[in-house]
Amino acid sequence: MHNKRTLIFVIALTVLSLVIAAPKNYPVNFKLMGREINFILSSPEIHLNKPFQFDRTLNIKQGLDLQGGVEVTLRADMANISESDRKDALESAREVISRRVDLYGIAEPVITTKIVNNDYRLSVALAGVDDPATALELIGQTAQLVFAELPSSTDSASYADLIPTDLTGQDLTKSTVQFNSQTGKPEVGLQFTTEGGKKFAEITQRNIGKPLAIMLDGFPLSTPIVQETITGGKASINGDFTLEEVKNLVLTLNAGALPVPISILEQKNVAPTLGEESVQASLRAGLLGLGIVALFMILMYGYLGFIAVLGLIIYTLLTIAIYKLIPITITLPGLAGFILSIGMAVDSNILIFERMKEEVRKKIDPRTAMELSFGKAWDAIKDANTATLITTFILFNPLDWPFLNSSGMVRGFALTLFLGIIISLFTGIVVTRTLLRTFYVKK
Amino acid sequence: MSKNNLSSTLVILRPMRYIWIYLTLSAAIIIPGGVSLIVNGLKLGIDFTGGSTIVWQVNESQDQSIRSLFQENNIEINKYDRIGEKVEIRTSPLESSLYSKLNSKLKETTSITELSYESIGPTLGAELLQKTLFGLILASALILIYIAYRFRSLKYGVSAILAMLHDLLIVVGVFSLLGKFWGVEIDTLFVTALLTILSFSVHDTIVVYDRIRELKKHHGYLDFEEIVNRAVVETMGRSLNNSMTIIFMLLAMYLLGGETTKWFIFALLIGTVSGTYSSTFTAAPLLVIWNKLEKKKKI
Repeated sequence: MHNKRTLIFVIALTVLSLVIAAPKNYPVNFKLMGREINFILSSPEIHLNKPFQFDRTLNIKQGLDLQGGVEVTLRADMANISESDRKDALESAREVISRRVDLYGIAEPVITTKIVNNDYRLSVALAGVDDPATALELIGQTAQLVFAELPSSTDSASYADLIPTDLTGQDLTKSTVQFNSQTGKPEVGLQFTTEGGKKFAEITQRNIGKPLAIMLDGFPLSTPIVQETITGGKASINGDFTLEEVKNLVLTLNAGALPVPISILEQKNVAPTLGEESVQASLRAGLLGLGIVALFMILMYGYLGFIAVLGLIIYTLLTIAIYKLIPITITLPGLAGFILSIGMAVDSNILIFERMKEEVRKKIDPRTAMELSFGKAWDAIKDANTATLITTFILFNPLDWPFLNSSGMVRGFALTLFLGIIISLFTGIVVTRTLLRTFYVKK
Repeated sequence: MSKNNLSSTLVILRPMRYIWIYLTLSAAIIIPGGVSLIVNGLKLGIDFTGGSTIVWQVNESQDQSIRSLFQENNIEINKYDRIGEKVEIRTSPLESSLYSKLNSKLKETTSITELSYESIGPTLGAELLQKTLFGLILASALILIYIAYRFRSLKYGVSAILAMLHDLLIVVGVFSLLGKFWGVEIDTLFVTALLTILSFSVHDTIVVYDRIRELKKHHGYLDFEEIVNRAVVETMGRSLNNSMTIIFMLLAMYLLGGETTKWFIFALLIGTVSGTYSSTFTAAPLLVIWNKLEKKKKI
């Protein structure tokens, strides 16, 4: 009875994986019994609101090396920034770069910061960029913050007429998130240098009741209205801000206050055509390998091998489905890791089948032999796979230990290897055992 | 099961009689690679040394003008390889702006397409080397502790790690020779391959050790060497068959999988073959030798 339930579960899981793993917009047309069959095969999209937000288009996410793009590691020069402000300055640099990349119109830029041995770094990955040089130029600039006022002669409120003042990012010491002492609402605090405070007092004096724009790289960040002349070098911008908005504004303002020159440590450009070639080549290799492994298993273990191959096909479908669901970004080494894992996935089957051969030689009937083998092989399977899991842990470096590698390539490989082990344990033990109990013993 | 009954099922093969042959064979493979490693070292790729690699799709007729353009800009070309319509150029690390300049300059006069460009500063290379070593040491230490715990004995842990080092030495040695004679460079992917081989090797060894553990539990009265003999013979089939499936996959990828991962796959291939050999012919003999030494001490 118990087996029947598991069997139904396995079949349901396989069908579900098949639906999810199906390619996107793949045209199918062939003739069957004189009738023309013609449709487009495509996996569905998932949009859930309850109980939690879950949206998946179920596309395989391709890494930079496969779909083409630019990846740069930048070094932020912190020589002019005081020790305590450096982390903030790095975050601000990140915010500014992400702002510029957004303006450039690149989908899903990935920007991360990292501090290694007192070296402050940013890593920027831009997928699908066809003009890397322009993108890099945009990213590499140091942020320019300037306060601008409207011309005094006119009353027109067009931002195109803004005139930059002599008050710049250099005059700003730091910007902070603070809360209004009366309303309790979040607001942006500004603190100027002595020199900056004097300039700011002059500017506010002549602009009472008028907007004063804060411009970063030529774009207005915020245009508060000046309420009064502000002396003493401290000011605040308040309004109907959410905490999130204030935080973002502070980050960008700090990019102007704490400007860090950026230099390129490492750069990779990959043309989309090159990635396409690699994907095709890897897929061909994977299919060929899968075919040979299937043939080998059937030749070595006959009917048992056939069941193992069924398990292997379920393994492949399940893996692709999970890649799409998480979703995992597939890089070239990741793809290699996946294909390799297909070869390793039959390992637990081989361990169990070899055991069965031994038990059967002892004149134990096949059904008992099968159950015995699953039990006896388990110790070896568990210990051997734990050792591999330890290695994937080191390779993936999930806790971001600075003394271990954390490059995207290595991580991609480790992640696919890790998933491969977990999923193959499931298909090698639960799935094949259920299939064997159902089909093998009844024969 | 009586003792008599058992002896009739005992295998006639006694692989542990020929321990010295296995160790000699291993030495015969490790020593040339090891010597090359000491004399030549490894040929480090730009991931380690820093540098730029440019791959352009451009007609062969442009080779001369490309070379002279680099010369005009005082860029020394370390390597210039033409592969059909593609050209691969290695230089010391280029400034991004300089590279853009070269690119646009060439585009003015010729039809040229950038396929890939990679530039790595020298500091990142040293870091990679350090992190690789840390990774290997940490993984080895954790695995050693795990095996020693699971098998309730330090000798299993240490022998498994020694067998693993044997495999890593073979792979590193082979790549030292490949670097010397075919100019094969090692990169980040090679490091990944080493760590993967490490886990393969231990994976295989544990299967053999597991059988030793099981036989010892049921037939504790047998001589340890006899137990190892049986365990090795009984697990040989699975060891070979499992390695075959992995080797098929790797061969398919080596032959069809494209240029980028070719040497990565090759490293894994050597590691898999060596790992299969070492679990039976290095890891198990080491246990036997350790056991003998232990006995001698007691007497």
